[in-house]
Amino acid sequence: MRPATSVILLTTLIGAGQGLFLALFTVQTYALVGLLPAVEGHALYAQGGAIALLLLAAGLVASFFHLGRPERAWRSAAQWRSSWLSREVIVLPAFMAAVALYAGVHALGWTPALVTLPQGPTIDLSVVIGVAATLLAFALFFCTGMVYACMRFLAEWHTPLTPLNYTLLGGASGFLLAAALATLAAPQLVGFLSGWAIVLTALAAIGRLASLWRNARLKPRSTIQSAIGIKHPTVVQRSMGFMGGSFNTREFFHGVAASRLRMVKHVFVVLAFVVPIILLIAGRDAASVPLLLGAFVVQYVGLLAERWFFFAQANHPQNLYYQAVA
Amino acid sequence: MSQRQLALVIDLNVCVGCHACVTSCKEWNSSGAAGPMSDQKPYGADPSGTFFNRVQTFEVGEFPHTETVHFPKSCLHCEDPPCVPVCPTGASYKRAEDGIVLVDYDKCIGCKYCSWACPYGARELDENLKVMKKCTLCVDRIYDTSMPEADRKPACVMACPTSARIFGDVHDPQSDASRAIRENGGYALMPEWGTQPANHYLPRRTTRLRIHEDELVRSDNPLRVEGHLPRPADGASTLEDASF
Repeated sequence: MRPATSVILLTTLIGAGQGLFLALFTVQTYALVGLLPAVEGHALYAQGGAIALLLLAAGLVASFFHLGRPERAWRSAAQWRSSWLSREVIVLPAFMAAVALYAGVHALGWTPALVTLPQGPTIDLSVVIGVAATLLAFALFFCTGMVYACMRFLAEWHTPLTPLNYTLLGGASGFLLAAALATLAAPQLVGFLSGWAIVLTALAAIGRLASLWRNARLKPRSTIQSAIGIKHPTVVQRSMGFMGGSFNTREFFHGVAASRLRMVKHVFVVLAFVVPIILLIAGRDAASVPLLLGAFVVQYVGLLAERWFFFAQANHPQNLYYQAVA
Repeated sequence: MSQRQLALVIDLNVCVGCHACVTSCKEWNSSGAAGPMSDQKPYGADPSGTFFNRVQTFEVGEFPHTETVHFPKSCLHCEDPPCVPVCPTGASYKRAEDGIVLVDYDKCIGCKYCSWACPYGARELDENLKVMKKCTLCVDRIYDTSMPEADRKPACVMACPTSARIFGDVHDPQSDASRAIRENGGYALMPEWGTQPANHYLPRRTTRLRIHEDELVRSDNPLRVEGHLPRPADGASTLEDASF
């Protein structure tokens, strides 16, 4: 497949936004049950939520560039019964609204206590909104992953590892951004957040390496014999029926040499996993701003390469029909 | 199975790869109600354009034992079309009454997701109109009662000079299409995906003419018994002279 810049930006930006929100709410939940010292005031959640919202909005804007007819985008919510893309289109704005509410009630300090649990923690409005937004964040990770995993013809994507990796990669990116932001706003949380970022980055590395290992061993189900139905061991295409290009030759071929593809794979493994973990370990105790912000930027670049590779690696069976120009 | 399922049956045994179906399809569907199938730089160095139908060429076997197979390829109007449920807007749909898979060009947002879901590469995005296009089985032609009944067939079928394309209801066991599939070993493409394409292909068939010696020389041929007749002598009367 040809990787589309708009979709690469969409999935990486909303992944970071979802992860950042989950990091914020993890801090709030931990503080609520007394596992972390309570955070003074609401500024951290309000500002963090606003940054998450910005990332999500940027992703949403990027997604419009993928459409031929963006003015009709509203129609894409119609087929939620059958289409994962439609479900993603519904869940993304719903999650954005929940994050906006979450950041809003924190910014206004409008957090009336709703219930006080017997052990002491007080459930206020922001916690209820946060729980709803957390469910939506996971639903969005799942929808985004399933948009690709449901394509049974694309064997590289058709695996439970796809939604799992979208969740882990987005989570790692968001927690790392939260740790980097904490170096500026709440240094007492840097250790906690960067610990989570290390764990999630390591888990994401395991998940992604597992899918690389799996995809390297895939055997294509369709062959040129099944494509045209002629059961002879030697079938060669002599002409695809036209000499110029077509949608089929543009959309489904990345047009990059195998060596370049391998290089991108090595680059993303180093940039998305190895370098950020080293920088996190190095900058964690000192709460170093350049090291942690650098770790986030390096990982984001790595994730851009990862997503590019994710699309490029998928080999569509329709390519069997487009092998020879003449 | 009771519903109608219109489809094409393409006979690879007689297709000569002339591309008449391609140009006829392009002509009809560019002039039709759904607007043009746009081309980009049609006279430039790198022309490109939207087509519903392509004729490809494959070489089967190894020299000198090779065969050239011309392979017309268009939407197969699958009975279980994977492109339809993935469409987020409902622009892609399969008609209940005749099984034709269509795109509503007014609802399509051009997200290309349906083309990813088609293993056959049967859908092409129109780069000018920015909507997904595909074979309609000439739905604006086959039901047009202002046309003579014999012309109410897809443009590609009308154009084929070798009758390699048979159009009909593959759910009706008595249709020409069903009979051709049944009697000539018709098959579906990429059966491994369970899409149940409605379009079928008829394989190459070898026809051998077996001639026995006694068929060359008729057993009742008087020449075999009597040999050649003697030449009449010069000036002698012949049969033509005797009759009038």
